[in-house]
Amino acid sequence: MTRPEERVGIHGWGAYIPRWRLPMEEIGRVWGWPPHQFKGLNVKEKSVDGPDEDSTTMAIEAGLNALARAGVEPSKIGAVFFGSESKVYAVKPSATIVAEVLGITPVTMASDLEFACRAGSEGVRASIGLVSSGMVEYALAIGSDTAQAEPGDVLEFTASSGAAAFIIGPREGAAAVFEASYSYITDTPDFWRRALRPYPKHGEGFTGEPAYFHHIINAVKGLLEETGYKPSDFKYAIFHQPNGKFPVRVGKRLGFTYEQIEPALVTPYIGNTYNASALLGLARVLDRAEPGDLILLAPFGSGAGSDAYAIRVTEEIVERRDKAPTVDDYIARRKPVDYAVYAKNRKILVMLPR
Amino acid sequence: MNGVGAGSLPRWWRNRIPRYRLVGAKCKVCGRIHYPPREACPYCGSRDLEIVPLPRRGKLLSYTHVFSVPGDNRLSTPIILGLVDLGSAKVIAELTDVLPEELPNVKEVEAVVRKVEEQGGNGVIGYAIKFRPVLQATPGGQG
Ligand SMILES: [Zn+2]
Repeated sequence: MTRPEERVGIHGWGAYIPRWRLPMEEIGRVWGWPPHQFKGLNVKEKSVDGPDEDSTTMAIEAGLNALARAGVEPSKIGAVFFGSESKVYAVKPSATIVAEVLGITPVTMASDLEFACRAGSEGVRASIGLVSSGMVEYALAIGSDTAQAEPGDVLEFTASSGAAAFIIGPREGAAAVFEASYSYITDTPDFWRRALRPYPKHGEGFTGEPAYFHHIINAVKGLLEETGYKPSDFKYAIFHQPNGKFPVRVGKRLGFTYEQIEPALVTPYIGNTYNASALLGLARVLDRAEPGDLILLAPFGSGAGSDAYAIRVTEEIVERRDKAPTVDDYIARRKPVDYAVYAKNRKILVMLPR
Repeated sequence: MNGVGAGSLPRWWRNRIPRYRLVGAKCKVCGRIHYPPREACPYCGSRDLEIVPLPRRGKLLSYTHVFSVPGDNRLSTPIILGLVDLGSAKVIAELTDVLPEELPNVKEVEAVVRKVEEQGGNGVIGYAIKFRPVLQATPGGQG
């Protein structure tokens, strides 16, 4: 019996990264962190949204890029999932705004999902279910964040901004097809943000081993057991990237090599884009993948959970690549800013009404 | 110019599609295209217009700075307004992702959707088309 995943594939992928960058040294300068506090993160600088950008506008551009690659009539999309932990409204879906801009409305499902950095991936898995069951022909799954960090907190080094979007549809005509997926979830207090609070908190002692490593390792092991694949069967291995060192470390513990992991690493250049982190890694891999390549994707979200996917690239990838800007086009579009401009763009400046 | 403030919310909502998707109104009599779309053609008076998508790339013809920025958009100071030639229509819109000193070298721009109004953090957030310098082109792509 075939798995439901095997009836489903990725028709288009799209990225978005804002233009502005804040170097690690600049954060260290302002808060007096000695370099050894941030050198080990393997992150050079982080992407910063402009004053007129938010998780919605970034999702729109990533979504338009995904649509351009898929070549799908927007009205054929029957579900829009917006995964974010930096939604612009506490109540009012961002998914409806994205769906309206992209021309997907009105005959569609649309909702915002929240699971720290993993909500966008939940959208991917839900899309697989809806498409494989025939309930919808195509679905749009997006991860988008302007990640928050308290000024002066260690999270500020990496919390950055970006978005990734995927048009998911039937296997026929897809640029890459799913072979299997596996989710591993527990209640773990590694990171949270309470209602009406602007900045998240992290549970000391929980962020590394019991959260990130435990969940990714178990999701990937589950997937490998279910499919019978070995790490060496994969051309690429993509993990959530809270910094530049964790994805390499978790990959090596699972038996993957640096050569399999490196092509998906975007955090060293732009920081941790939260819901877009692993998904931008997937977009960057699809930008360069060849037909037949097997991809492992393992996003992670605090709270905590991880999904593992096995994805096989098809011949269709070749003509899709050049239909939208690549992840590297956005990485190359960079303009460093100082902490003052960052504070202005991120609305850390307190401005009273005139 | 994009007011979503008190009293104009219904009007903002009715006009959201041209603000989101860069569509104009083409006069079926004289052929001129108007952006934002209009009910009647200001040139020939015809009320027979159709909504048409506009090209998302164009040439930046001219620009001006606005240093006295009201309300929520103070953080975007200075606001840069551009006159953009899309071929079939000329539009005036805000420019974004560009520094004032870079403007003399900006030739080609492309449409993006950005936040234009926040209403002090308690109202509806307004989104609309702006233009930015085109991304570095990828071979054969739109990029
Ligand atoms: Zn006319």
